[in-house]
Amino acid sequence: MRHIISILLENESGALSRVAGLFSARAYNIESLTVAPTDDSTLSRMTLVTSGTDDIVEQITKQLNKLIDVVKIHDLTEEAHIERELMLIKVQATHEARDEVKRLVEIFRARIIDVTDTTYTIEITGNGAKLDAFVEALSSITIHEVVRSGLLGISRGDRVLS
Amino acid sequence: MELTGAEIIIECLKAEDVDYVFGYPGGAVLHIYDAFFKQEDVKHILVRHEQGATHAADGYARSTGKPGVVLVTSGPGATNAVTGIATAYMDSIPMIVITGQVPKALIGNDAFQEVDSVGITRPIVKHNFLIEDVKDIARVFKQAFFVATTGRPGPVVIDIPKDITAAKTEFNYPKEMVMRSYNPTVKGHPGQIKRAVDIILSAERPMIYTGGGVILGNGSEQLRVFTKKLGYPITQTLMGLGAFPASDKQSLGMLGMHGTYEANMGMHNCDVLIAIGARFDDRVTGNLEKFCPYATIIHVDVDPASISKNVRVDVPIVGEVVQVLNDFNKALEQTDRTPNASAIEKWWHQINEWRSQDCLKYDRDSETIKPQFVIEKMYEVTKGSAIVTSDVGQHQMFAAQYYGFDEPRRWINSGGLGTMGFGMPAAMGAQLAHPDDLVMCVTGESSIQMCIQELATCRQYGLPLKIVNLNNGCMGMVRQWQEFFYDKRYSNSHMDVQPDFKMLAEAYGHVGIRIEKSSDVVPALEEAIALKDRLVFLDFITDQQENVYPMIPAGAGLNEMILV
Repeated sequence: MRHIISILLENESGALSRVAGLFSARAYNIESLTVAPTDDSTLSRMTLVTSGTDDIVEQITKQLNKLIDVVKIHDLTEEAHIERELMLIKVQATHEARDEVKRLVEIFRARIIDVTDTTYTIEITGNGAKLDAFVEALSSITIHEVVRSGLLGISRGDRVLS
Repeated sequence: MELTGAEIIIECLKAEDVDYVFGYPGGAVLHIYDAFFKQEDVKHILVRHEQGATHAADGYARSTGKPGVVLVTSGPGATNAVTGIATAYMDSIPMIVITGQVPKALIGNDAFQEVDSVGITRPIVKHNFLIEDVKDIARVFKQAFFVATTGRPGPVVIDIPKDITAAKTEFNYPKEMVMRSYNPTVKGHPGQIKRAVDIILSAERPMIYTGGGVILGNGSEQLRVFTKKLGYPITQTLMGLGAFPASDKQSLGMLGMHGTYEANMGMHNCDVLIAIGARFDDRVTGNLEKFCPYATIIHVDVDPASISKNVRVDVPIVGEVVQVLNDFNKALEQTDRTPNASAIEKWWHQINEWRSQDCLKYDRDSETIKPQFVIEKMYEVTKGSAIVTSDVGQHQMFAAQYYGFDEPRRWINSGGLGTMGFGMPAAMGAQLAHPDDLVMCVTGESSIQMCIQELATCRQYGLPLKIVNLNNGCMGMVRQWQEFFYDKRYSNSHMDVQPDFKMLAEAYGHVGIRIEKSSDVVPALEEAIALKDRLVFLDFITDQQENVYPMIPAGAGLNEMILV
């Protein structure tokens, strides 16, 4: 089963490689990983998407907790949460495709953020499935580039990871 | 007053009460060595290879409970230390390894003797640091010692660029260390302890299974009280030997691949398993599908990640063994309930029946020296009083099986990583820490050659080790597996050329004795021990065909042992 794990870790050089190294050394699987400093610049917040049986995910959380740089971790999938991912996508926009792409952008509540005579660059946020659906909808258009941020997650309600 | 980084390092070691540092100099650590030269509080032991330094520090740590300290240079100094760091990591040994690094400005430039020491050691340390500012040295050392010695202990590497050791700042050693990201659990959960005690007292076929955690956590005394109070059988892992006396009749000896028949049958048939400071290693469990099929399992460990890693447990208790055992003992004292006497009596009857198999029997009358015979005689001659280190292989198993350890921290071997070459340098560390004790290294002719150069270190510091070399002319354990599982195709397990170990020992300035007959074993051991201030290398020519029994083949359950 897929799990989204939120990790608060010391914002120190090497902290990211400790997490990444743990996953490769123990043959755990990483679907995506995002990390950036928080409002407290001594801390980084990481969202890691992994999958495995309950036993494996239990070991993953325990092993992550064991890393000295990890301050706190929480498995978001255990409760109500919000998932978001950002995608930037550059497509061919010539002739009738120019209008077709604009229509799709509207339907998906995306935004065109850069325009040339022949291309559009689009920004879209949502959960992974919505982004996949958008790429799918563009199947008749030539896609030049896709850049995805990986998933970000946060709990619903007043629960806070700190 | 401002001190240099190198001087601050010495001050930190003094503040941590470090008496010995095991090391080898080189370019990146010359400032630190210069600071060593100017003081006498911290003694430096000059080894002959950095692997020897790490094992010696490890042996020091295992025999004392204090962290071992290592100092090596950058590049090859650090990579040579890697095997010893991994050895300590696998057995949870507290160790501080200071590695020199090229000057900060050169890091990443493929400079002379540069390696990414922090990157290379990351998967084999509890934590590691790269110091980037002289002002950080004191804090990092305080953190390093704190992390290495608390919770589940382990090695910590501190990588220090050369320019940082020359830079100056004020020295202030932090008195306390609080880390928001590191706070090991000490006390076991009271509810879980109550639950566990209920289950323990209801047991009809209980087994106590303890590991290295009891020794690392100094819980031997509490374990003895607990086990005696209950009257239950106890088995100990390779790493746990000595926590409970082997000579006590409640002890069933070691369990696992080369454990005793009674211990493994007891494990397989028990209805309550009380695991304390043990981690259900594959050498202990055999086939996980067949492991303890009837047991309710209680597991006490300081490391939550060790719990339910290999085997699902019913009552997990995270905490230090001393704390949890004290809580167990208090609860047992306060309750009116007692163990089920008739069931336990029946259980002992069954266990004694297994015991009567005498699974450790061998040909005691053989003229050719049997390796088991040497260990048995070693036990008799020393009355079990020696600190015994070992290398890895058949001789390690024989030592574990035939030398009865009654006290903790007297049996020192590489269990997790299985590092050949560990035994002699580890014995050096143990001997330095216990100058008045008899320290013996049980080894084989293959293992000993992996760190043989440390014979010179022993000579330099007058370390009177007794080296018991069980020389069967081959890698015994490899040979055994090839005999059993590869149709006797002895691929590269026999070395056609061996040194004359007697002459080799003499070349290093030690005493060498070669023993070829069983009847000479005891006189040779007595002679060696009588030479109190000399290292004696006892080269016992042993039976090459001898195998370690009993044995659980790979993939089998604990009840499927091969007996002699």
